[in-house]
Amino acid sequence: MKKILIIGATSAIAEATARLWAAQGHQLYLLGRNAEHLQNMAADLKIRGAESVSYAASDLNDFAKHAAALDAATQALGGLDIVLIAHGTLGDQKASEQDFSVTLQELNTNAISVISLLTHLANHFEAHKHGSIAVISSVAGDRGRQSNYVYGTAKGAVTLFTQGLRNRLHKSGVQVLTIKPGFVDTPMTAGIDKKGLLWASPEAIARSIVSGIEKRRDVVYAPWFWIGIMAVIRGIPERVFKKLRL
Amino acid sequence: MELHGWGRYPRQQATLALPLSNTQCATTLAASAPLIAHGLGRSYGDSALAATVLGTPYLDHFVAFDDSTGALTCQAGVSLDAILRTFVPRGWFLPVTPGTRFVTVGGAIASDVHGKNHHAAGTFGAHVQHLELLLGNGAVVRASPTEHADLFAATCGGMGLTGIILQASLALKRIASSDILQTTVKAPNLQAALDAFAEHADSTYSVAWIDCLAKGASLGRSLLMLGEHATDGPLQVQTRPPTPVPFDLPAVLLNHASVQAFNALYYGRIRPPVSQQRLPFEPFFYPLDAVGQWNRLYGKPGFVQYQFVLPQAAGVAGLREVLAAIAASGRGSFLAVLKVFGPANANFLSFPQAGFTLALDFKAEPAVFTLLDELDAIVLHHGGRLYMAKDARMSAATFKASYPTWQAFEDVRARWHAHGKFASSQSIRLGLQ
Ligand SMILES: Cc1cc2nc3c(=O)[nH]c(=O)nc-3n(C[C@H](O)[C@H](O)[C@H](O)COP(=O)(O)OP(=O)(O)OC[C@H]3O[C@@H](n4cnc5c(N)ncnc54)[C@H](O)[C@@H]3O)c2cc1C
Ligand SMILES: NC(=O)c1ccc[n+]([C@@H]2O[C@H](COP(=O)([O-])OP(=O)(O)OC[C@H]3O[C@@H](n4cnc5c(N)ncnc54)[C@H](OP(=O)(O)O)[C@@H]3O)[C@@H](O)[C@H]2O)c1
Repeated sequence: MKKILIIGATSAIAEATARLWAAQGHQLYLLGRNAEHLQNMAADLKIRGAESVSYAASDLNDFAKHAAALDAATQALGGLDIVLIAHGTLGDQKASEQDFSVTLQELNTNAISVISLLTHLANHFEAHKHGSIAVISSVAGDRGRQSNYVYGTAKGAVTLFTQGLRNRLHKSGVQVLTIKPGFVDTPMTAGIDKKGLLWASPEAIARSIVSGIEKRRDVVYAPWFWIGIMAVIRGIPERVFKKLRL
Repeated sequence: MELHGWGRYPRQQATLALPLSNTQCATTLAASAPLIAHGLGRSYGDSALAATVLGTPYLDHFVAFDDSTGALTCQAGVSLDAILRTFVPRGWFLPVTPGTRFVTVGGAIASDVHGKNHHAAGTFGAHVQHLELLLGNGAVVRASPTEHADLFAATCGGMGLTGIILQASLALKRIASSDILQTTVKAPNLQAALDAFAEHADSTYSVAWIDCLAKGASLGRSLLMLGEHATDGPLQVQTRPPTPVPFDLPAVLLNHASVQAFNALYYGRIRPPVSQQRLPFEPFFYPLDAVGQWNRLYGKPGFVQYQFVLPQAAGVAGLREVLAAIAASGRGSFLAVLKVFGPANANFLSFPQAGFTLALDFKAEPAVFTLLDELDAIVLHHGGRLYMAKDARMSAATFKASYPTWQAFEDVRARWHAHGKFASSQSIRLGLQ
């Protein structure tokens, strides 16, 4: 039985992951901002078999509260074996182009809040010398594209930050897993037409996350075929890439 | 986006709202009524279609479970599949289940679905202890057989037209094993099939596969499948995902010959007149779920399912008349399922009534619509009716003649603020307000 903290727990991908962990009988602590959703989720996960479920609601863009929120979670669980960081917003690229305050908000939600949380968590895990930190980044962080480079910038920062952290925590026996989903059918992408074979369910991503942690992987593309797609996209020379409509 | 039911006919341009919470359901309703609830879209026709549709995939939480009684409270978007996966390993089963596990609790209540145990257990609604309904005026009320009983009776079988079911409490039933002991009885004609149903009336589950193309002396030849829950063995769910049908198959593949081949194969599989078999519950209850999206087998035009019930009094003669009309048309269906229903309940639009029900698939094409109009006349003449969850084409006149309680249903809707707030393409076609 593991002690698992899920941050941004109400995300569809996080919830699907939490259900897999609940069925395995683990202890869960949910951090998110929507109290109604968190309460529904907690009752549900308990029925699905979680050993215990607690939750707390707070806006993760309030960085000053991170230390206390993480302390409360660690206390409630009696330690930490796994942390999953999942919150995020897709943002409105066009709005960001017109107004820097929108860009800043997106960077805060998708990058700075994650970096703040990881700064606290890294020290905890480094001291305890065991466990797994899993962070949801995105394939969008692999290369900047005109259609969503603000979001991509934030995810790119998360990818790079977790890479550095992995290097730092390796000697302490702590796993740092960077998860890079492709297109996932969740509320975040509700506005997009979801036809086509590239779209995955949150449950599929959840299985990749759980197995990525079990196998102590470093980076997981989810579903797996995105590793090939992104290799191709990263391989296109910049002088060609800049002319593409992506 | 374009939406359609399981039959992929008709298709409709719709705005789809996917609320994350009960609160968001209320805001969606306030902003976008009239609308209709949409579960897993396993109704065949246009029951869950409208210009604005409220989907329930994110209202999929278990709320409470009592391990001593099996009482489960869950949100309306929970699928029967999720219930089985969670509770079969703990020794609980659905009190009533349709022939696919990919339906939501909300959809099962709204269609007041029946299963192979209807003769003994009644409809799904009979096992709903209470439910919470979001009304057209934004209020949430609790309804049960004893609280706002009129609203409860209108909601069970009410096709989403009384409000959005937010959550419900169901009584799961105890099982000792996830296996089913199946007895298959070969019936050489219709009379033999109905006799076999009567002879085995004390079986927990019963249903027959009927060969619609057989004519003359073998008209109505069937395989009757009876089932009991095993009393020993495993408590497990299968985890293998369905084999998908990845693309629309051309409609020619489903011509008369292939249909005939299918039926012959199915009928010829079993040699002795009575045979017994032990099998997991999935192939017994959900044979079609093993093939994902088998509805694509009918190709681009889609298909309609025709399910009617004839009262007991109409008997073999009525059924024979319908079967003969189908056999004569040469438009035999891929699937034909025959079941003997137990007594009707008091829900206004609930489909089952004491008698015989037959469900058949037809490709959606002009000649079929003409044939179905003819069948409607036979069914109506014998005092029968059609199942709204399968319907995509019946006329308002047929509906009103065969569901005489429709006016009382409308009165309940008026009392509970549903008019102008909940409507589907089907309800408009059937002349409901
Ligand atoms: C292979 C197959 C086998 C089947 N076998 C059977 C069978 O044996 N017996 C049987 O009775 N039926 C059977 N059905 C029909 C199926 O059980 C019903 O159509 C059921 O209602 C589908 O549920 P759904 O969640 O997909 O709902 P949808 O198809 O999305 O909606 C069906 C109706 O329910 C309403 N509804 C859905 N959710 C809500 C809600 N939250 N609040 C209010 N209204 C709501 C919709 O408005 C609509 O009117 C079968 C269907 C298939 C595809
Ligand atoms: N969906 C995709 O195609 C896709 C692809 C690649 C990567 N991802 C990443 O996957 C992760 C999960 O997203 P999802 O697809 O599951 O979408 P989702 O269901 O919309 O989840 C996003 C979650 O983040 C929460 N959140 C946003 N801002 C927050 C804040 N300031 N404080 C607290 N919580 C906040 C949201 O909470 P509320 O419900 O309260 O708004 C929501 O629960 C995200 O990091 C996303 O970037 C998604």
